[in-house]
Amino acid sequence: MGKRSVVPFGPQHPVLPEPIHLDLVLEDEKVIEAIPSIGYIHRGLEKLIEKRDFNDYLYVIERICGICSYMHGMGYCEALERIFDVEIPDRAKYLRTIWCEMSRVHSHLLWLGLLADAFGFEALFYQCWRMREKVLDMFEASTGGRVIFSVNKIGGVLKDMDKDMLASFVKEFDAMEDEIKKLCDVFLTDYTVESRLRKVGILTKEDAVATGAVGPMMRASGIEIDTRKTGYAAYSNIDFKIITSNDCDSYARCEVRIKELFQSFDIIRQAVAQIPDGDLSIAVKGNPNGEAFMRVEQPRGEAIYYVKANGTKNLDRARVRTPTFTNLTPLVKILQGCDYADVPILILTIDPCVSCTER
Amino acid sequence: MAKISKSPWLLHYDGSSCNGCDIEVLACLTPVYDVERFGIINTGDPKHADILLITGGINTQNKQVVEQIYSQMPNPKVVVAVGICACNGGVFKDCYNILGGADKVIPVDVYVPGCAARPESIIDGVVKALDILEKKREV
Repeated sequence: MGKRSVVPFGPQHPVLPEPIHLDLVLEDEKVIEAIPSIGYIHRGLEKLIEKRDFNDYLYVIERICGICSYMHGMGYCEALERIFDVEIPDRAKYLRTIWCEMSRVHSHLLWLGLLADAFGFEALFYQCWRMREKVLDMFEASTGGRVIFSVNKIGGVLKDMDKDMLASFVKEFDAMEDEIKKLCDVFLTDYTVESRLRKVGILTKEDAVATGAVGPMMRASGIEIDTRKTGYAAYSNIDFKIITSNDCDSYARCEVRIKELFQSFDIIRQAVAQIPDGDLSIAVKGNPNGEAFMRVEQPRGEAIYYVKANGTKNLDRARVRTPTFTNLTPLVKILQGCDYADVPILILTIDPCVSCTER
Repeated sequence: MAKISKSPWLLHYDGSSCNGCDIEVLACLTPVYDVERFGIINTGDPKHADILLITGGINTQNKQVVEQIYSQMPNPKVVVAVGICACNGGVFKDCYNILGGADKVIPVDVYVPGCAARPESIIDGVVKALDILEKKREV
């Protein structure tokens, strides 16, 4: 047995865009145990519900995270729409679906770039982020914001996309699809990339269930669950298959996310083809009373929104369970027994979003 | 803009931001905005850094981390607070765990407002910081 030592990792670390701290117990170059500690970005956002009314709180909840901000806002709105028991117009449902999938495309491209950066392939990182900028331009054209959009409201959406805009987006995504196919050749077939990802960080199907993995992390271990299949927004009218892989390693997680990119393009095309004309929102009057539960499939996995209202303009509770928080347990699991040099890549394969986790 | 006599290196730390500004800081380094044309390189080591970009407000747990990072940077150094949260707490100002903007613990030279701050304004803030860095170097 080698000598044991404890190495601190983070909160400030070159590979981490966000602060998370891990105590790594090493035996020579092998990690025996990883002990995470969080709280560096904790703001106490859920408590703020006492000081904001339920309409204003939408703008706070969108700022849980700058990457999936659209989906946070949408999940909260859908939960409140359940309490009010209103059915939003069909056009709003489709617009929400399109923006959700655009968020997924930009988030997955962001992740692919960060992964490339983590294994030292800077050119690939730049290529992914160059393409991501095009998605952000589309967001800016349709919502006015690059990162925080604020286009949701309780009862629908605030902004419309006209026919020409939707057609131009589809055209743009078609072109992007060809470019991403070329990138995939590098991600999925280049031997240098494969040598960093194949058989690294194996999370078996049993472990994925036991540790409660969600999202692409879980689907890469062969479990077929996707919250989009519950049919929120317009997903019930969209035809798509859940993408899984049985390889259970880092390569599988990369593969699942790349395939989800193509799936998102397909969903956007279907939604644009099906989108009906009509209103953007319906009026919602009064204060909410009751409680509701809402599940949303974010790029990182399943997020859960619980809202409890008491008939006044201030809610009793707005609870969010975010995907990265649940994915920390599988992360600790895959870090056990890995090489010290693989730690940054393994942290990245869960697609960590620390500001979601800590709120 | 003053003549830049040296190639400034940049360190980014996420205080308690929502990720929005962090991602925009990273976007500045990528081909579309490309701050490397000013000779700026993103480094992960405080001891190599001239400019500290800080996003998000200060909370009770990251207070010491921010102080420590700042103290490890060699003189002269400048601090740019990116985003409204780093300027004064922003939308999270009333949260129980937010003490305020970055200037609660370290001296801030340039404030870049916005939620999220746009890459153009971040670059503008960094260029202003370069001027201040030059002046500090002369002293």
